[in-house]
Amino acid sequence: MHPAPSVIVFTTLSGLGFGLLFFLGLGLPEVTGWVAFVIYAIAYALSVGGLMASTFHLGRPERAWNALTQWKSSWLSREGWCAVIALIIMGLYAIGAIFFGQRWGVLGLLGALFSLATVFTTSMIYTQLRTIPRWNMALTPVMFLSFGLAGGAVLAGQAGLAIPLLAIAASVQILYWWRGDSALERSGTNLGTATGLGQRGSVRAFEPPHTGTNYLLREFVHVVGRKHVAKLRVISFALAFFVPVALLLLPFSHFFGLLAVLSHLAGVAVSRWLFFAQAEHVVGLYYGKR
Amino acid sequence: MTQLPQSTDRKMGLVIDLDTCVGCHACVISCKGWNTENYGAPLSDQDAYGADPSGTFLNRVHSYEVQPAEGHAQLIHFPKSCLHCEDAPCVTVCPTGASYKRVEDGIVLVNESDCIGCGLCAWSCPYGARELDQAEGVMKKCTLCVDRIYNENLPEVDRVPSCVRTCPAGARHFGDLGDPDSDVSKLVAERDGMDLMPEMGTKPVNKYLPPRPKDQIEDQIDILAPLLAPVAEEPGGFIGWLDKTLEKF
Repeated sequence: MHPAPSVIVFTTLSGLGFGLLFFLGLGLPEVTGWVAFVIYAIAYALSVGGLMASTFHLGRPERAWNALTQWKSSWLSREGWCAVIALIIMGLYAIGAIFFGQRWGVLGLLGALFSLATVFTTSMIYTQLRTIPRWNMALTPVMFLSFGLAGGAVLAGQAGLAIPLLAIAASVQILYWWRGDSALERSGTNLGTATGLGQRGSVRAFEPPHTGTNYLLREFVHVVGRKHVAKLRVISFALAFFVPVALLLLPFSHFFGLLAVLSHLAGVAVSRWLFFAQAEHVVGLYYGKR
Repeated sequence: MTQLPQSTDRKMGLVIDLDTCVGCHACVISCKGWNTENYGAPLSDQDAYGADPSGTFLNRVHSYEVQPAEGHAQLIHFPKSCLHCEDAPCVTVCPTGASYKRVEDGIVLVNESDCIGCGLCAWSCPYGARELDQAEGVMKKCTLCVDRIYNENLPEVDRVPSCVRTCPAGARHFGDLGDPDSDVSKLVAERDGMDLMPEMGTKPVNKYLPPRPKDQIEDQIDILAPLLAPVAEEPGGFIGWLDKTLEKF
């Protein structure tokens, strides 16, 4: 798949933002006044910023609100609803914390649940696609949720929770890469089933339909950069999990905390780049590009 | 709208004969010609006369080489367009309701005024049947020429999809695949029509007829061959003299 910057920024930032909102909703940390204002501003900048970025890849961004209509069948629509509801509830909850010094617990709990549901529905947009075996795995939502929770805990300054959550997310990441690498082969789809000619012999793409490129090749048949996969995985893993855990184990300081957040953010962004760039869409088979 | 209908009254679709297709791409051109000036937004091209041309097409013809375990390789031309699936994943993933499957004839269409161009329907299609038009920012796909097949302003012979009308080899057939007595259904039954990527669970309506088995070339091509005198290995007579003379130089 084409690793569009808009979707990488979207899933990375909004995952982190809604992860932070989840912990804030649970009162971890319990903040009021100016401190609350700053931390909610960060959470909203990440989550809303991510959602805004996602509209950049639309062909018709001015019609984006249409996406809320089909919640009965579409995961993308459900994600829109969960995000809007989570942001409204957490907004009210934030008003209580900032202006009234109050913690409206029930509201916070509801907001936390919808924040988590937003991350889950985001992951289901990718998980539902049978055309991309690497995404069509139960591990995909597990990965998105574990990343969101770990990142949220780091950002919320919950070192005690962040370290085990980072360890869990790191294990899920390794498992995801391991299972993902054989997903296309395990799916049983190949040029033989794609053309229905597989029973007759070995099928080879002889001539593409056009001499030039097209939308399908640009969008689904990204093969650039695959040779650096091993290196990028090491970089991503070190930045997302290893460095933050090491920094959080040091005596607490705001500077180390900030470094841990930035490192985690960069690592997750690299992991998301790989998530898209490595995903093999089966339509590539028709072009002999798998 | 983006929930799929439980069932459709008819299952209009195409039957494509891989045995007959000669790979001339006439269907590609006629499709583009008809659909760029009729239903919905035009099918735009980018840099059409430049160094890196590309454009929106609803039908594309691939060519594949099949090498059996024994015998000669075979070249198979392979037209591919929307298969108007019964369980069309492109319909259910659509967040806006723009993508829908018609109850009356099973045709999968896009309401272009609702489409936000998110591209998710193209992501969900295993066949590469949907292309996001780069000029219009909305999703384009085969309409089964919905503006031809019911169009009473056209002579009856033209009330079939443009690709079917154009095909000079008769490799494309159009009809109701939900009716077991229709010509296309009989053709599919007779020729063992097949689904593409059945494991994807999309239940395509369009069917492909596999190539017929090739004639086998026996050791003896010509039954008279044994009666003919073998051709001399060494040239004799005038040619032999010429050959020897030329060798000397």
